[in-house]
Amino acid sequence: MKKLIVSPSPHLLSGNSTSNIMFDMIVALFPALLVGIYVFGPRALIVTCVCVATCMLSEFLIRKLMRRSNTISDFSAIVTGILLAFNLPPQIPLWVAVIGSVFAIVVVKQLFGGIGQNFANPAIAARIFLVVSFGTYMTSWTEPFAYRYGLDATASATPLTDLANTKTLDLLLGNTSGCIGEISALALLIGGIYLVIRRVINPLVPFTFIGTVFVFTWVLGEDPVKQILAGGLMLGAIFMATDYSTTPATLKGKIIFAFGCGVITTLIRVFGSYPEGVSFAILLMNLITPLIDRITATKPVGTGGTNRV
Amino acid sequence: MNYLKAFTKGLIKENPVLVMLLGTCPTLAVTTLAINGLGMGLATTFVLVCSNVVISLLKRVIPKEVRLPSFIVIIAGFVTFVSFMLQSYLPDLYNALGVFLSLITVNCIILGRAEMFASKNNVAASALDGLGMGLGFTFALLCIGIIREILGSGSIFGFSLGGWFEPIGFFVTPAGGFFVFGVVIAVVNIFSNYKMSSKKFGCQNCPNSAACQADSKKEAHES
Repeated sequence: MKKLIVSPSPHLLSGNSTSNIMFDMIVALFPALLVGIYVFGPRALIVTCVCVATCMLSEFLIRKLMRRSNTISDFSAIVTGILLAFNLPPQIPLWVAVIGSVFAIVVVKQLFGGIGQNFANPAIAARIFLVVSFGTYMTSWTEPFAYRYGLDATASATPLTDLANTKTLDLLLGNTSGCIGEISALALLIGGIYLVIRRVINPLVPFTFIGTVFVFTWVLGEDPVKQILAGGLMLGAIFMATDYSTTPATLKGKIIFAFGCGVITTLIRVFGSYPEGVSFAILLMNLITPLIDRITATKPVGTGGTNRV
Repeated sequence: MNYLKAFTKGLIKENPVLVMLLGTCPTLAVTTLAINGLGMGLATTFVLVCSNVVISLLKRVIPKEVRLPSFIVIIAGFVTFVSFMLQSYLPDLYNALGVFLSLITVNCIILGRAEMFASKNNVAASALDGLGMGLGFTFALLCIGIIREILGSGSIFGFSLGGWFEPIGFFVTPAGGFFVFGVVIAVVNIFSNYKMSSKKFGCQNCPNSAACQADSKKEAHES
């Protein structure tokens, strides 16, 4: 006779776990990583490995130091490491990458309670920390395929500062200068489609984010197609604006979040002194996520719509 | 009031910046360099001691209804004096502190001590209280200033650490100031007796409890 099992809710389990989701993220980031290594050479792989290794080591050590259970096996530190590396120029000094990784994990993530508790995306916050601290290193770009001709870091403008002379196809395939992971819009889109199929992210978020930038840059007289393909927009919209712990919980909230990101990105790109605004936009919207959550909280049935959370 | 306690409580246990979180504006604004933090701290200490002494002397003369304006006038007088002295003898520091020197007048630590302590205690205790609080303020500003100067500018009291150290610009920005401020508060909380445990948390554990509860007792008695 079958035993009767008594258990508390939830009774329906999706089979998803943090490590499954993080593993999907790593798979989805792979096409962009391969393009980065192909375009910028082994240096891109070294930077990525240094970031991932430092993130994992700092996660392990800080959890030990704080005498908390170790969360290293959920792969989230690997994702943070890859995302941070994707946001760095390929010729970044490795010690700068190490400082950024330690800042991301120790300060942004673990000091606020670790995975699920952090208020800002660790990779985004670390990138902004490095931009503010080491502006020269963070804006020294490399020409694509420079490593094949034995050239060192040649300072070239990013596509965003010289959009008129950049071909749309180059932006799509990644034949351009920029951060390691942001150059090829196509590779990032492939990763994004994989995440949507695996139901890790909601496609409406990147769609709203990118759509908002498209519409507003168009209205402001820029070339909208190039605007959405260049810079870190695809990377930010697909992989960072969809982070679980730092974005609103409800669909309505997510749409507001993505729309805000798009507006701020456009404003910084068109009117601001920095050429790229995606990371600032996501960080600012991360900060007001609790407020968005508050105004979009679903009301329990029967409370007459006056329920306050 | 124990004179030794009046002096020492301001250093760590009731540190005005790190425990009571008063005077945050000058703390964040002038601590990009250690020397500015030290200068600001000592200038404030001087004003604090002098105003505490004068207010303690005048505590029976000042009518209760207009005590705050009277305190401010006394404090502003000493601030003007310090400001002229610095402009005359230490013009570099005067320029570095800028508007924040005049803003010592509205530093809530000074008005707070006048209201909480000097207007209720004798002259010697008030002077020691002002000195302790002032040195606690200076200590906090110096700590934050040294950390921010080393990390943000790669120097200490203006002496460069050498080319091997790459300054981290973040620590010169206001965000870096808040960050270092928070970390120093956390460290002081670890090493001070003041802990937020559920057992000790409550009115009697607040650093201001002595003055505050004496106040409410007096008011209850008067009414």
